[in-house]
Amino acid sequence: MSKSLLALAAGLLLAGSISAASAADKLKVGFIYLGPIGDLGWTYQHDQGRLALVKELGDKIETTYLENVPEGPDAERSIEQLVRAGNKLIFTTSFGYMDPTLKVAKKYPNVHFEHATGYKRNPNMSTYSAKWWQGRYIQGLIAAKMSKTGVLGYIGSFPIPEVVSGINATMLAAQTINPNIKVKIIWANTWFDPGKEADAAKALIDQGADIIMQHTDSPAAMQIASERGKLAFGQDSEMIKFGPKTQLTSILDTWGPYYIERVKAELAGTWKSEDSWGGLDSHMFAMAPYTNMPDEVKKMAEDAQAAIISGKLHPFKCPIVGQDGKPVECKGGDHLDDGQILGMNFYVKGIDDKLPGK
Amino acid sequence: MQLVLEKRAERSGTIALVSPLIAVGLTIATMVILFAILGKNPLLALHAYFIAPLTDGYSLQEIAVKATPLVMIAIGLSLCYLAKAWNIGAEGQFLIGAVAGSWIAVRTQGTDAGAWVLPAMLILAAAAGALYALIPAICKVRFGASEILTSLMLVYVADLFLDYLVRGPWRDPHGFNFPTTAEFDPVATVPLLIEGGRLHLGSIIALLVVAAAAILLGRTIKGFEIRVVGAAPRAARFGGFKADRLVILTFAISGALAGLAGIIEVAGPIGHLQPGISPGYGFTAIIVAFLGRLNPLGILVAGLFLALTFIGGEQAQIAMKIPLDVTKVFQGILLFYVLACDSLILYRFKLVFPNRQVTRGAG
Repeated sequence: MSKSLLALAAGLLLAGSISAASAADKLKVGFIYLGPIGDLGWTYQHDQGRLALVKELGDKIETTYLENVPEGPDAERSIEQLVRAGNKLIFTTSFGYMDPTLKVAKKYPNVHFEHATGYKRNPNMSTYSAKWWQGRYIQGLIAAKMSKTGVLGYIGSFPIPEVVSGINATMLAAQTINPNIKVKIIWANTWFDPGKEADAAKALIDQGADIIMQHTDSPAAMQIASERGKLAFGQDSEMIKFGPKTQLTSILDTWGPYYIERVKAELAGTWKSEDSWGGLDSHMFAMAPYTNMPDEVKKMAEDAQAAIISGKLHPFKCPIVGQDGKPVECKGGDHLDDGQILGMNFYVKGIDDKLPGK
Repeated sequence: MQLVLEKRAERSGTIALVSPLIAVGLTIATMVILFAILGKNPLLALHAYFIAPLTDGYSLQEIAVKATPLVMIAIGLSLCYLAKAWNIGAEGQFLIGAVAGSWIAVRTQGTDAGAWVLPAMLILAAAAGALYALIPAICKVRFGASEILTSLMLVYVADLFLDYLVRGPWRDPHGFNFPTTAEFDPVATVPLLIEGGRLHLGSIIALLVVAAAAILLGRTIKGFEIRVVGAAPRAARFGGFKADRLVILTFAISGALAGLAGIIEVAGPIGHLQPGISPGYGFTAIIVAFLGRLNPLGILVAGLFLALTFIGGEQAQIAMKIPLDVTKVFQGILLFYVLACDSLILYRFKLVFPNRQVTRGAG
């Protein structure tokens, strides 16, 4: 009995080492995830990107991920663990991994890193993000057309530039349709907390909002809007199943093409440190089908999308007036330049809210 | 026939020694079954969890780094718990310590401040942690407020205060509005012990804290007082020991240690102040304190062991694609068995037959 157990153990160990050996010649690609993968949301979309990568290049690469890595003192270790496990290209998929990624990158110059949504780079560390505010602009147009009360409800996560630029893009778009449009903002101070998000949605509806927009991850707000017979926009993922009669559209993060492109570059030996900021034209994100709206609104949204892709329409076209009534300096010719949008920490005129920390 | 738990006449010394081993044995047996159900090779998995992290210097360093705040906080908590004062808010004291120490780092940023910066940060952090812990202690002594509730609620106050600072006045002006301070200057950073590694001076401080606590509890009258007040409050009163003063003292010490751990974490592995600096250290340390049986050396071992499960869990995730949730299940099972086995120190199983007279009552 004990002998057969030993033999079994030896066999199992051997089997393990053989499979490890055959994987050795493949390029190892690692991912650090903020949340659990789950069924939707930020981390889920990154994992969809990873799966697209495996589907395309699975015979040449091996992927590994660490999930639920907090953006604190543990992040640096988790990233380094991936390096030590032999990963040569590592995607760290949340802003809070910026400094830890940079530290590990400086320590391992021969490993390449890709950090999502940050601004610090190194010769072996790229950054990548998407111009989601382009999608927010389209949502603002739809929202203003569809709102009967003229009040939009906006659930913010954190008052960082990515979120603030989304609110401003929404408002600038909505004002072209209805100059008196109002937006009510609630800061949830979380990316994902279904309870808080649901409470925020209820509070916004109670304040007269009939369109719910969100920069948080869960479908809770969509469900509340659906219960109350209001309309809403999804976030990150397709959320139509949570509100078949509620979702107008959703900004879908589609990282697959970018991941495939970067891994191909790594395989070809042409990878270099870059800053990628992809818009609707780059396939880094997409708009979910325009639903629950009349055909003419749908057409308006599709036209705006086409105009943004072709470059004819820039959501931050000057002149832009700040909340204080003073015009915002226009550094990009006839629109704000990328730096101004990346670091946006002001509201545009017409937003009746105080930006936290201002 | 019935299986009952019966109170032992005195605590069993043998069981006290072997109970952790039984607990670890049962945990491993359970995990083997769990791994087998998941279709993972149990031997490889156990190797990844327990052996692999101990075989290279890098992982050993990481274990020490992870254990440092846990051990420091747990030592302070153990003093409270020995005196039967229930400080549940070490997480808040950790955060306040981090904030207070960071204040100096932020104010001296970019100036030519000298080597006094780091020591000043450490002292201020400890003082702030102690003061913050005194709030629930004084409320308890003065007004009879439950220190469990007040200390816990102050965690959220500390958390939001930190949040306010890094989103407002202390925000890195070149940080694109993200909620973090600028990276601390080198004089405001805890020095590393090994070039290229992450092991830092804080680990040495943690060891000194363990030694100091061992001496305090084992060799001093104050330590004796703490133990007597907790174990036999009536006897302590007759002995002239003042329980109220001990509540104040133990809360202050544990707050100071938590605050110190906070600034060491911020000025060490993280390098700047930001939200989310603690993945629940203040709460995990409660587990460490009890796992280590409120004994300084036991806490050191428990802290290192818990750190090992974190590092091992990560390596198992990478090497064998074992989900993180399994690591959490594993930690939960371990704690469950430790507590279950500990009950055998004071109790024993006994078969009771209904047709016989039971003279002693079951515990």
